[in-house]
Amino acid sequence: MIHFKNVSKIYLPHMVALENVNLIIKSKEFVSLVGSSGAGKSTLLRMLIGEEAPSMGEIIVGDVSINSLSNKEMPYMRRKIGTVFQDYKLLPTKTAYENIAFAMEVAGKDDMEIKEDVPQVLSLVGLEDKAKQFPYQLSGGERQRVAIGRALVHRPDILVADEPTGNLDPVNTWEVVNLLLKLNELGATVILATHDNSIVNNLERRVVLMEKGRVVKDDLKGKYLI
Amino acid sequence: MKEKILRTLNRVTKSGINSFWRNKWVSTATVSVMVITLSLITSLFLLSVVAGSILTDLEQKVDISVYFKLNTTESEVLKVKSELEKISDVKSVEYVSRAEALAKFETEHENNPLIIKSLEELGDNPLEASLNIKAKLIDNYESIASFLESTRFSAMVDTVNYRQNQKVIEKLSSILSTVRNSGFIAILVLGFIAVLVTFNTIRLKIYSMREEIGVMRLVGASNWYIRGPFIIEGILHGMVSSLVTTIIFYPILVFVSPKISAFLSGIDIAAYFRNNFFQIFLLQTLVGVFLGVISSLIAMRRYLKI
Repeated sequence: MIHFKNVSKIYLPHMVALENVNLIIKSKEFVSLVGSSGAGKSTLLRMLIGEEAPSMGEIIVGDVSINSLSNKEMPYMRRKIGTVFQDYKLLPTKTAYENIAFAMEVAGKDDMEIKEDVPQVLSLVGLEDKAKQFPYQLSGGERQRVAIGRALVHRPDILVADEPTGNLDPVNTWEVVNLLLKLNELGATVILATHDNSIVNNLERRVVLMEKGRVVKDDLKGKYLI
Repeated sequence: MKEKILRTLNRVTKSGINSFWRNKWVSTATVSVMVITLSLITSLFLLSVVAGSILTDLEQKVDISVYFKLNTTESEVLKVKSELEKISDVKSVEYVSRAEALAKFETEHENNPLIIKSLEELGDNPLEASLNIKAKLIDNYESIASFLESTRFSAMVDTVNYRQNQKVIEKLSSILSTVRNSGFIAILVLGFIAVLVTFNTIRLKIYSMREEIGVMRLVGASNWYIRGPFIIEGILHGMVSSLVTTIIFYPILVFVSPKISAFLSGIDIAAYFRNNFFQIFLLQTLVGVFLGVISSLIAMRRYLKI
């Protein structure tokens, strides 16, 4: 369970990014976080992975309060949360295989396990034949699939996707969304931030609408109408 | 646990070496700047060795002599000698007896029949016995001279030639200390600038990789796991730079050294370099590795806070 408790974020001097957000996401849920740019979706997700700290309030994942973790404890938490970003955030000097393996290496997994799991993940995201390519040799859709592979390789309980389809064409968009759905079926909680209403309207899952830093609507089988 | 640490170490090392190769241009740039820094530091070091040996050479040329009256016996002179030798400032005392002084005088002037003839006419040896004194430090001559000029020895001592040379010795002493101090400051300043340039180059490299560092953090890497490859890369930069510097430096030294030797006799930099090769190489490598590693660590700090 993920619980945002009275979370506010104020960028000094007086830019309010989030205002008193309360949100509970149950385990194994698929939640779409929608709203126009600047509504606070990314800020909320960045706080969930500890990239930023809330100005007020608390974020609890399972039984751990994210904002009370130290710089040293944070990596352990992050290994339980997979993240996918609009700009992929792959390591440019590592191949597709190495990018995915890196997530396992940092967690201290042994070489046998890595050699077994990474090819599996690569085939899951449909990139078996691109294992040795560097990110600059891949298309946008392929890069995003590598990023998803990296996010899911240590079987995270939670997958956070921040505008993962923002740079992709419709075909690749659906491939990515389908991957996210598959992961959700396999038991991961998925939080998808997007401003693409065609995705959300086709998913028929829980939709949380944000506007100007507040949660304004929360439907269990929602649509996103502009 | 031990196995896990070894595994991490192995991965970090591999990743560092990989990154060194894959970022060829960045590595080349960093190594180049470091080679310049190390060359400068090595040159300054060799220069200070040369300057030091010139200064020591000059210093060793300075001595003072005390001349004893003709009626002073040898045992009296030797007593003064042993007393002088007990003074801690005195490096060496050389006794020149009257006979030795005469022999030396004669060989020096053997081509001058007039002098030889007038000596013969004199019949007696007109030269005084003397002690040549070398001090440990050029500034010590003053106190040694005043010791000899004290009333205790006034019956024996004819002249102490310090007074005639005093101005020259004092001037030399002040020049020597100025050269030494300003040279030291110059080395410090130039070395500091070189270090800053290298530090900035590495900082730019890290800056260009700040997003990658952030990504590593977000994927769940611990800070030391992220630092590791950079430390390995820093070590590699330092070692390669040191090697390149030596490869560039040695031929230049072999070429330049005879020219310097021709100008300043008794100084052979190439030989000095050969004889102290390992110390110099080790020093270079240490400076390089230290610079590479510390600069990386300092430059990374702020990007590891995510």
